[in-house]
Amino acid sequence: MSRIGVFTCHCGENINGTVDCAKVAESARTVPGVVHSVDYKYMCSDPGQSMIKAAIKEHDLTGVVVAACSPRMHEPTFRNAVAEAGLNPYLCEMANLREHCSWVHEKGDAATQKAADLVRVIVEKVKRDAPLQPIKVPVTKRALVLGGGIAGIQAALDIANSGHQVVLVEKSPSIGGHMSQLSETFPTLDCSQCILTPRMVEAARHPNITLFTYSELESLAGFIGNFKATIRRKSRSLDEKLCTGCGLCTTKCPNKKIKDEFNEGLSTRGAIYVPFPQAVPNKPVIDKLNCTYYKTGKCKVCEKVCPTGAIRFDQEDELVTLDVGAIVLATGFKLMKTDQFPEYGYGKYKDVVDGMQFERLASASGPTAGAMKRPSDGKPPETVVFVACSGSRDRSKGVPYCSKVCCMYTAKHAMLYKHKMHGGKAYVFYMDIRSSGKDYDEFVRRAIEEDDVSYIRGRVSRIYEEDGQLVVMGADTLQNGRPVEIRADLVVLATAVQAQDGSEALAQKLHVSYDPYKFFAEAHPKLKPVETNTAGIFLAGACQAPRDIPETVAQASGSAAKVAALFSRDELTREPIVAVVNRLPPPTFSYCVGCFLCQSACPYQAIEQEQIKARDGSVLRTLAKVNPGLCQGCGTCVATCRTKAIDIQGFSNEQIFAEIMTL
Amino acid sequence: MKIGYYPGCSLLGSSREFDESVRALSRAIGLELVEVPDWNCCGASSAHVLDHKLSLALPARILAQAEAAGLTEVLAPCAACYNRLTSARTELAQDPAAAAEIAAIIELPVTGRVKVVNVLELLDRFQDEIKARTKAPFRRKVACYYGCLLVRPPKVVAYDRPEDPHSMDRLMALAGAEPIEWNFKTECCGAAFSVTRTDLVARMSGRIVADAARHGAEAIVVACPMCHSNLDLRRPEINAQLDAPSQVPVLFITQALGLALGLDPVALGLQRHMVPALALQPAAVGKD
Repeated sequence: MSRIGVFTCHCGENINGTVDCAKVAESARTVPGVVHSVDYKYMCSDPGQSMIKAAIKEHDLTGVVVAACSPRMHEPTFRNAVAEAGLNPYLCEMANLREHCSWVHEKGDAATQKAADLVRVIVEKVKRDAPLQPIKVPVTKRALVLGGGIAGIQAALDIANSGHQVVLVEKSPSIGGHMSQLSETFPTLDCSQCILTPRMVEAARHPNITLFTYSELESLAGFIGNFKATIRRKSRSLDEKLCTGCGLCTTKCPNKKIKDEFNEGLSTRGAIYVPFPQAVPNKPVIDKLNCTYYKTGKCKVCEKVCPTGAIRFDQEDELVTLDVGAIVLATGFKLMKTDQFPEYGYGKYKDVVDGMQFERLASASGPTAGAMKRPSDGKPPETVVFVACSGSRDRSKGVPYCSKVCCMYTAKHAMLYKHKMHGGKAYVFYMDIRSSGKDYDEFVRRAIEEDDVSYIRGRVSRIYEEDGQLVVMGADTLQNGRPVEIRADLVVLATAVQAQDGSEALAQKLHVSYDPYKFFAEAHPKLKPVETNTAGIFLAGACQAPRDIPETVAQASGSAAKVAALFSRDELTREPIVAVVNRLPPPTFSYCVGCFLCQSACPYQAIEQEQIKARDGSVLRTLAKVNPGLCQGCGTCVATCRTKAIDIQGFSNEQIFAEIMTL
Repeated sequence: MKIGYYPGCSLLGSSREFDESVRALSRAIGLELVEVPDWNCCGASSAHVLDHKLSLALPARILAQAEAAGLTEVLAPCAACYNRLTSARTELAQDPAAAAEIAAIIELPVTGRVKVVNVLELLDRFQDEIKARTKAPFRRKVACYYGCLLVRPPKVVAYDRPEDPHSMDRLMALAGAEPIEWNFKTECCGAAFSVTRTDLVARMSGRIVADAARHGAEAIVVACPMCHSNLDLRRPEINAQLDAPSQVPVLFITQALGLALGLDPVALGLQRHMVPALALQPAAVGKD
């Protein structure tokens, strides 16, 4: 026989201002099974909790209903209190009188009546609650970091330095990411590669880090603490153990006309190549799509010249399966290309470049060795126009958001240009200057005041070519929209930062949610910025939203701290709100008929087949079995089951029907 | 095929040759134009800056008249008419309350059933006929000039590319012309400032003519009466401030295609231009 206690909370005026809590408590006393019912101003306060604990002992309660706010707010509070009084915490439930009643209704008898109904409903549920135990799952203390840019490198190093194993996976032939392409960095103008390459080397040499470059995640199964990741290690057509990285093959490759990705198409490379001199690992890779041998079956020059015989044309991709306990997503971003701008020439003008191309033009390791030369004819550009917000904050380009880094890097670009071409003229068209960061606004002011960069507030409506120059037509909105026309030698579009190609497919592979622009979504915009909605998967860097380097590094370290905290425990506990297939003795008894409709319906692959065997080993029945580690308690299988053999613990069919029937 | 026809005021006055050439070309490709009965002014450049309701009511009445005449689609050759008719139609379709109010004002039902097309959109459907009937290929380098209104705003028009349109180039290529790459396909010509600020229009239209000429255009092809009158009628003012004055003629696309189809230049109204255009055809035939 149930002995339920009901504790109605006023929540100050929040509930009692609309609902007559004394009446609710009084009406609860009339519900069969309720042996104790009181109301109090703040049930979550210490005296409130003590009241519950005392009542459990005094009235020998078998269940507790707290009629107060949302269980999201205080369920843990009350369950802990109940547990301290010696009752199983899952025998305590909340009726939500605040969000579900007082906050959304006018004061009056109807609101009080509804509150009383809500209490009655939960009493019926608690009467049928079974004591539950939290689920314990083991933790594999090895992390998988996807993406080898600065975000992934930082996260990997931090996790590795806290004593855990890390597998760092990068899809391109070298780690380093976009940061390795940058010339200098704001707001200090220190050389990007000089500060990055030590980290790259450290990551490669760290005893706790296993580096998988030229590799991608093939598939992922499992759950927090117990993921199983399959990595495709794409064939480099090379025996990496034999290769010494001498680079002879790359100089002898007869195919030299392939656009160099690292230099953003501003130079060419061979079909066998090392992306850049400081690449980690410094081993070449054959670009099979462009290799003469792979296309025609003839050539093999690289094989002939290799002093160690390391070339392997018949090498195949390798699939590696790893057990990992946590995943950090650090797959970065892509930049919108200039061919997305019909008004700026649809990418057909060679001297209209994007921000990353300008980084390469300004970089000492770039195609011009850092000399200011424009792509079309190598002439030093005497006038350069920078266009901020190219594509960003532009609904017609599908990018309503601010790309965040462009204001700063445009100021940096203009500065770098002026430092290299003292007599040159630099113009920046901008909408607003967003330079909120440490030393950021000072940096922009420096560009304007010390380096004499002309900032024009307005948009550029059109760019066209005339007599070997680019005519930039815009407006100066600080001068009543006065039309501005500048004849420039080079135009740099600060194009929008967008989600990496394939991020949608990756998110679906990982069961991670993403926003309308395909950036991965954090679990809470303020309080869970590095977590995803999938437990055990964390975010770092620009795969979540446009970010600069300082923020990316901070977030990567944040993710690493979350992973380290996760790995500090040997076991994880989870709420036992999972599905169970009913099983009673004898061993063969269950309503389950083994149709496995539930197996195909389960979005989490949590349903397994269990064979019930006789002593001689013969299979008597095959039943569904829920893996409590995988089950997320969504209830899809419950709805699918034709024989009602599955229930969610704490939300059984019987409980739900009882709740409805009491209304 | 039959289609409703809304000439608008320009085609009765300053751009008679647009009307003449639309009608001549339609006959040649087997298209019957049914003029919208008792049509009124579309409101053009004035109504929408003066009175929002008026700017909806005028086009709504035209479309209602067309619907009453059993038409399902109306051709509006003038770019300003096209813009007003499509804009009003879109707005009324999205706002039932406004539609009801306008219906009460014009005392005709507002249903949104009648669609509006411009010349390019319509001719796009006759690509096979144009190709098959081209007798005197228009072997000229042409600068296809769309102007600011024809393919815009993209939310309303949803046809061709608003910044870098191609439909006119495609049609001219079918008739044997060589459309050039140039810079000012959608640049503003100055439009109605032609009257109040002729100097501004001369400058704005001047750069369009100059760029077309610099890129080797032998003709500028347009589909908007305003563009035509600014580039053609204002040529003396344009040339007065150009370093290299230009006599490149400006043709309506219906005239250019008409010539290619072998129609009589006078029936196409080519003699009405300020910048001589009549001479175009014999040369084209001669080159063939």
